[in-house]
Amino acid sequence: MIPHRDDDPTKRPVLVESSDFHEVTEIIAAPTETKLNTTWILLLMLSGSFLCLMVGLFGYLFWEGTGIWGVNVPVAWGFAIVNFIWWIGIGHAGTLISAILFLFRQKWRTGINRFSEAMTIFAVMCAGVFPAFHVGRIWVVYYIFPLPNQMAAWPNTRSPLFWDVFAISTYFTVSLLFWYMGLIPDLATLRDRANTKVRKFVLSVFALGWRGAARHWQNYERAYLILAAISTPLVLSVHSIVSFDFATSKIPGWHTTIFPPYFVAGAVFSGFALVSTLLIVAREVFGFKKVVRLHHIENMNKFMLLTGTLVGYAYAMEIFVAWYSGNIYERYAFWNRALGEYWWSYWAMITCNVISPQFFWFRWVRRNLIFTFILTIFINIGMWFERFVIVITLHADFLPSSWGYYRPTWVDWWTYIGTFGMFFSFFLLFLKFLPQLAIAEVKGVMPEASPHFHSHDSSNSSNSRH
Amino acid sequence: MVFPKWTNKIPLILLASVVSLLCIIVFAFTYWGSPKNYVVGYQPVQPIAFSHKLHAGELGMDCRYCHYNVEKGRHAGVPPTETCLNCHNLIKVGSKTGTAEIQKIHDAHDKGVPVHWVRVHKLPDFAYFDHSAHVNKGVSCVECHGRIDQMTEVRAEKPLSMSWCLDCHRNPASHIRDRAKITDLAWKPEGDPAELGRTFMKLYNVQPRTDCSACHR
Repeated sequence: MIPHRDDDPTKRPVLVESSDFHEVTEIIAAPTETKLNTTWILLLMLSGSFLCLMVGLFGYLFWEGTGIWGVNVPVAWGFAIVNFIWWIGIGHAGTLISAILFLFRQKWRTGINRFSEAMTIFAVMCAGVFPAFHVGRIWVVYYIFPLPNQMAAWPNTRSPLFWDVFAISTYFTVSLLFWYMGLIPDLATLRDRANTKVRKFVLSVFALGWRGAARHWQNYERAYLILAAISTPLVLSVHSIVSFDFATSKIPGWHTTIFPPYFVAGAVFSGFALVSTLLIVAREVFGFKKVVRLHHIENMNKFMLLTGTLVGYAYAMEIFVAWYSGNIYERYAFWNRALGEYWWSYWAMITCNVISPQFFWFRWVRRNLIFTFILTIFINIGMWFERFVIVITLHADFLPSSWGYYRPTWVDWWTYIGTFGMFFSFFLLFLKFLPQLAIAEVKGVMPEASPHFHSHDSSNSSNSRH
Repeated sequence: MVFPKWTNKIPLILLASVVSLLCIIVFAFTYWGSPKNYVVGYQPVQPIAFSHKLHAGELGMDCRYCHYNVEKGRHAGVPPTETCLNCHNLIKVGSKTGTAEIQKIHDAHDKGVPVHWVRVHKLPDFAYFDHSAHVNKGVSCVECHGRIDQMTEVRAEKPLSMSWCLDCHRNPASHIRDRAKITDLAWKPEGDPAELGRTFMKLYNVQPRTDCSACHR
């Protein structure tokens, strides 16, 4: 490993407010080992009922067909695609934190990676249901896979919608593997602490016989590095491919080369925003303040500032190029976004995505939980509007005779709200039954984990901690 | 240790069984779910024991005597009872079945009820097929229906699946012949069939389409 200034324990920011490994284990394992809490049960029932609503509405869609959605020509992509991109975008923080920040040796990531990886997986699941049902005939959805058939019909490999299928299924698989592999040592910790037979059995199954031997750790580190290297390009490629769904078409306002980087920046932006929203609540409720410190929140806010500004730059560039290109259709598309029938969605997007992250230039805002919480909510709303603005561009394309107005139906709205039920049902189960933070990794960034810690301790005890 | 050592193999076994199960499912659908399996060999019982082998084969009647619409329209046409009576008005005793079967034609005609022939070759409603387009471009009956002149009871010889149609649409040469030989089911070209086919393709301007709307209109 390349020596880094952070390796000098005296210069490290304090990532864990504890000097006791056992205390860290206790803090993180506690929520999984206490009795079911009434609030938790009520919340699970609430999100479960929204999940049932979603399933019911998809059943209704299955029975009736996509006519119950607001989509029609010219806006053939409505809420389903908006929500799909929004959810998949949210799913981008997890892999960025666990893979890219790992390769860049950002040790603060250990405090939040488990949490955000779980969020990634659930968000990708929520995203996945939309395109699956949007195909209209869900019972022949297997056509998207290259299976031998009597029609000699194969998926069109030149279609970005087909690339999407592979981009997202790969992303989901790799994220899941990454998440599960990271869980193994912690599941073993919980197994060793288990005091009932059933609990011990279940945890033993999922801990895959982990004993914490040096050989285990060696394999673990190697596998972690390999998975991080595989995931890193995925962070950039998945949303690039999602953006190709638009960019490879010839609709004015969609056919732009800026889409891939702009989508990736937006995805990371919204992903960090939702991680922050949830983490601010979770660290209060579960008492993780010693492990997830203001330092972590502040770092995430810096990411939001960066990516939010990139997104703002992309909006400005889109408008500049629309003017500079001299293409009247392109120019009209952007003019229409800002001042046309859907002006409110454009300005909601600008307010939430461009203006709100700029508050993070101030250190006190970055370290203020209430401010951060409110701003992350704004960012999530703004990112949803961004996708809405892009998809709705369809309503006024080349010929005024074919223009139309898109209105989501009640089914659109409640299906979208229902996916929150799906997300939070899984998330609440995760919060209760799995270690929310990576116990082993958090311990690894404590100064006490350094092999030289005790020599420092004996020579100059004041140096060891700050 | 909670589990014995052999349990280490469970994940591997699980993975191997899931992968092989998926392969088996795909293979099963490809093999048994294919029209090559469930269309080929379809041989329904017809209301009258009419023998194509006798009429088209031994007696040498041209297919177009009964299926007279084949060169003019989408459907080759199932002949009306009157077509049978052109001959069977006089021929009332068959060489093999006696009077029993031929009497059924007369009964149907007397009652004015058409004979309920059972369709053997079916295409789905969303597939457009035109007999005249094929027959007039030198595609013989035998290419899709097989040696009808040797069948006592008609059975489906070819799968009539989309990929089977496309095989010919993409490589038609060896399936094209002289229009004069169109109903000569026993005819075999001398030399390379594709070579001969190419001359007739040029002559009849055969340009089979393979885009979606060729058949799905």
